[in-house]
Amino acid sequence: MSEQGTMRIKGGLAEMLKGGVIMDVVDAEQAKIAEDAGACAVMALERVPADIRADGGVARMSDPDMIIGIQEAVSIPVMAKVRIGHFVEAQVIESLEVDYIDESEVLTPADEAHHIDKWKFTIPFVCGATNLGEALRRIGEGAAMIRSKGEAGTGDVVEAVRHIRAITGEIRQLQAMDPDELYARAKELQAPLPLVQETARLGRLPVVLFTAGGVATPADCALMMQLGSDGVFVGSGIFKSGDPAARARACVEATTHFRDAKKIAEVSKGLGEAMVGRSAKSIPENELLAGRGW
Amino acid sequence: MAGSTPRVGVLALQGAFREHINALQRLGADAIEVRTPADLAGVDGIMLPGGESTTMDLLLGSSGLREPLAAAVAGGTPVFGTCAGLILLARDIEDGVEGQRTLQALDVTALRNGYGRQVKSFEGPVALAAGGTDMVGIFIRAPRITRVGEGVEILARLGDEPVAVRSGSIMAATFHPELTDDDRLHEVFLAGITNSSGE
Repeated sequence: MSEQGTMRIKGGLAEMLKGGVIMDVVDAEQAKIAEDAGACAVMALERVPADIRADGGVARMSDPDMIIGIQEAVSIPVMAKVRIGHFVEAQVIESLEVDYIDESEVLTPADEAHHIDKWKFTIPFVCGATNLGEALRRIGEGAAMIRSKGEAGTGDVVEAVRHIRAITGEIRQLQAMDPDELYARAKELQAPLPLVQETARLGRLPVVLFTAGGVATPADCALMMQLGSDGVFVGSGIFKSGDPAARARACVEATTHFRDAKKIAEVSKGLGEAMVGRSAKSIPENELLAGRGW
Repeated sequence: MAGSTPRVGVLALQGAFREHINALQRLGADAIEVRTPADLAGVDGIMLPGGESTTMDLLLGSSGLREPLAAAVAGGTPVFGTCAGLILLARDIEDGVEGQRTLQALDVTALRNGYGRQVKSFEGPVALAAGGTDMVGIFIRAPRITRVGEGVEILARLGDEPVAVRSGSIMAATFHPELTDDDRLHEVFLAGITNSSGE
């Protein structure tokens, strides 16, 4: 008797992605560049976050044709984004046999109260979080992987740092607590008690934790790894830069050798222009993406 | 080997190396992360974890690990590869990316993503040739062994299909024993290290 779509199978793929870089790509050509540079997976989307931000309007699931083109171009896992709460977009993406769904704040939310009930799906989900409570709520809904949100499409790493530090710091606080105190803490975190208890026992999230949102250089990648991330998403940072293939490769090397400053220096040489970027502080409150998700 | 504690180098370029380290430590071995040729010094055995085989292939080249790793495996250092680790060991692969290389140490042919994409990933009962209860096999975008060379012993099957094999000092599995608490294949691997060092 074999079983599909169990939590071990869903979370297991995330375990295999650890120590790797997941890259945003908008077509088959970019996907191939990413694979050749050593990406452990690609995120297929029509516009990278920097363009979504610049274009404005409503951002939705990508055209299935474009996703299929990317699936045909590469052999590594392919992920795709759906709007928060848009479970029909998720059903559509699942029918394409994409490997992972990102229920993402980068797209315009479809539901301002409810996220997708991810337990109903065979395909695994990754969700964004800015703090531990949000991460555990998503896991409670069936997410098999978490990524800290950062502020996508900025090339400014400051929010990514804030969010990964929030999550790992809150986990360290849990570890220091008396078991009696976890009940009240779960209430404060607005998170399921069993997940709070499990996180305290493990000293890490019960699922794999990546970082996303503003990571643009090899040193950014290594910073996230040293801060306790299991791997990184690099979105606009690669294909909005001067030499995407070289930068992609350098990010992969820096993520693997994240404690080796000499190696990071070596791979950082001569990469050309990084994405221009935009300071997260300069973005008006109502245009920030990280606040989407509940 | 110093004393009775085997020292196992776990390839840590990318993938699920932490889980193998945990399994090996549960069994009393020393497990260290290997990212550079220097990390291979003094290891009694080598673990090749699951992950993305294309990513690992590139990083094996750039880290300078490919040649020392190939030499260690060819020289009889016990090695155990799971999933992508099996692909790295296989003599031949099907559906690899252009130019993808392997150590060509184990006489099998491995078909990448042999069961399909993630929605086809599954857990299923794996029967050990050595007997005992079935293992729960976690198959994640797993490769399939489509050809087993002469002299390659089949250690476990899923139905009729070989899913774990051994040839001399080389062991490999298409699934992920490190994602469960069942350490029996890791025990076989460590026993191989103890026996080889006693010769």
